[in-house]
Amino acid sequence: MRLIVLVKQTLTTEARIALNDSGGIEDAKIKKVVNPYDEFAVEEAVQLREKGVAEHVTVVTVGPESAVEASRHCLAMGADEAVRIDDSEIESTDSFSVAEVLGAALKGMEFDLLLAGQVAVDDNASQVAVRVAEILGLPQINVVSKIELGEGEVTASREADGQTEVLTAKLPALVTTDKGINKPRYPTLPNIMKAKKKPLTIKSLSDLGIAAPTPKVKVVAHTLRPAKQGAKIFAGTPAEAAAQLAEALRNEAKVI
Amino acid sequence: MSQDVFVFIEAQHDAIRPVANQVVGVARSIAEARGGKVVGLLIGAGLEGLSSDAASIGVDRLAVVDHAALATYSAESYTTAVVGALEQQGGGPLFFGNTSIGKDIGPRIAHRLGQGMVSDVVAIEQADDKPRFRRPIYAGKAFCTVEVQEAEYVVSIRANSFPAAEAAASPAEVVPVEVNLDPATFKVQVKEVIERDAGQVDLTEADVIVSGGMGVKGPEGFEMLKPLAEVLGAAVGASRAAVLADFIHPSHQVGQTGKTVSPNLYIACGISGAVQHQAGMSTSKCIVAINTDADAPIFEIADYGIVGDAAEVVPALTEQLKKLLA
Repeated sequence: MRLIVLVKQTLTTEARIALNDSGGIEDAKIKKVVNPYDEFAVEEAVQLREKGVAEHVTVVTVGPESAVEASRHCLAMGADEAVRIDDSEIESTDSFSVAEVLGAALKGMEFDLLLAGQVAVDDNASQVAVRVAEILGLPQINVVSKIELGEGEVTASREADGQTEVLTAKLPALVTTDKGINKPRYPTLPNIMKAKKKPLTIKSLSDLGIAAPTPKVKVVAHTLRPAKQGAKIFAGTPAEAAAQLAEALRNEAKVI
Repeated sequence: MSQDVFVFIEAQHDAIRPVANQVVGVARSIAEARGGKVVGLLIGAGLEGLSSDAASIGVDRLAVVDHAALATYSAESYTTAVVGALEQQGGGPLFFGNTSIGKDIGPRIAHRLGQGMVSDVVAIEQADDKPRFRRPIYAGKAFCTVEVQEAEYVVSIRANSFPAAEAAASPAEVVPVEVNLDPATFKVQVKEVIERDAGQVDLTEADVIVSGGMGVKGPEGFEMLKPLAEVLGAAVGASRAAVLADFIHPSHQVGQTGKTVSPNLYIACGISGAVQHQAGMSTSKCIVAINTDADAPIFEIADYGIVGDAAEVVPALTEQLKKLLA
């Protein structure tokens, strides 16, 4: 069984976000990582191969040249092969465009299970993987905390609002991973060295035989979260402070 | 293409979810700018009762797909039902709540229709021509403004970010819609549905959240938060640290790797307020911090604060609120 994992490079979640001179997100000095939810998907794929359920794990990334670090990280975690599709010709904030490019790439690849993180921690859009499943006609099980691969099918537990759903999908299928499904490993030094010898292919849109998709949405501005003034602190005994707080919530903030 | 605007009306446990009323309100602003009507889409099985509720939440027309194959939610069948109903009703922009279901089928529907989608919208910046929507990125540390490039598109909105639409004076016209669904062709089977937190307010839709961190010191600390939550009709949240320490079930976690919430009032008890936690709750309208450490980052984003031990302050606050709200 062959697995493909969709991986995005993002800024680390510890990052303090600031804007650059042209109004975009300043990312020059911020550490870049594999999107943590995608890391769960890579770990799950590698574990399935280690258990002998799957034979081959390929990670596919759409991103700039610097995203090669994300590909290498996944190879060092145990993926067998990586593909990076260069995003310089596409509107990379448009999920439609990214999905079209991935769809074209995956049409030429053999796989039984497609994995991805349920959300990327940068744009928080949760769109690309589901769109790719639609392009390829794959069934989907999203936001999954447990996966079991069977003969021609995958069973997974999906965390939905207020309930857990256990679903079985016919392969090939898409499963997106949630936190809690596993603990992604830290690549060891020997594995980092080994990863350097694993195949890493770079593809352009012309390699995929497609033109840049026309974006359906465009990001036209960024703003930062407005800074707050700092809290109004109530002092005194717990009862006194609590009384002032209750009063303020009622009459000043008017939220109760 | 019509000028109309469509709303996916989501129900749970045989009731319309509060976020659906808010989605109708957003759709109304867009419909007014386009000069069209607001059309509700209600999907499921055995919908007689829900139809009459949904017809009164402020839509101009309600399209209902009532089919035995839709008794249990699945992305596959719901995508087909929504797309079928939307096309039969003339097509137009489609609005969802950014719920589990909205996230599950919104992008799938958008792609089937060849459309763009803006997820998790918290504000409309421009309603006419090329609408612009504001949405949080980096889990709320920043926002971006997204402009849709075509006349038809999909949007999901964050719960509690918009006021609910005004209920209709008289119920809207209900139009049954036939959609061809053959369960034999479905590629996904629902094996089991396990209810969690049945009867409790969903964290993402709660008006008030009382949340606990390491400062509540253990599972018994969360027991102490419950009376406060009860007085306020609040849902209970938690920091990642409290979840990792097994104080409470992971489904309560608020933050970058937990739920994103936007209540009117968020009371953080014994939570230091790491950036990852702030990411999940910073769009709350009013934030209260109760913490022993006066330098804890939570006080930087809070509106009100008490420097003190949650174990002493929370029961005192519960008493005060009981008196005030009696």
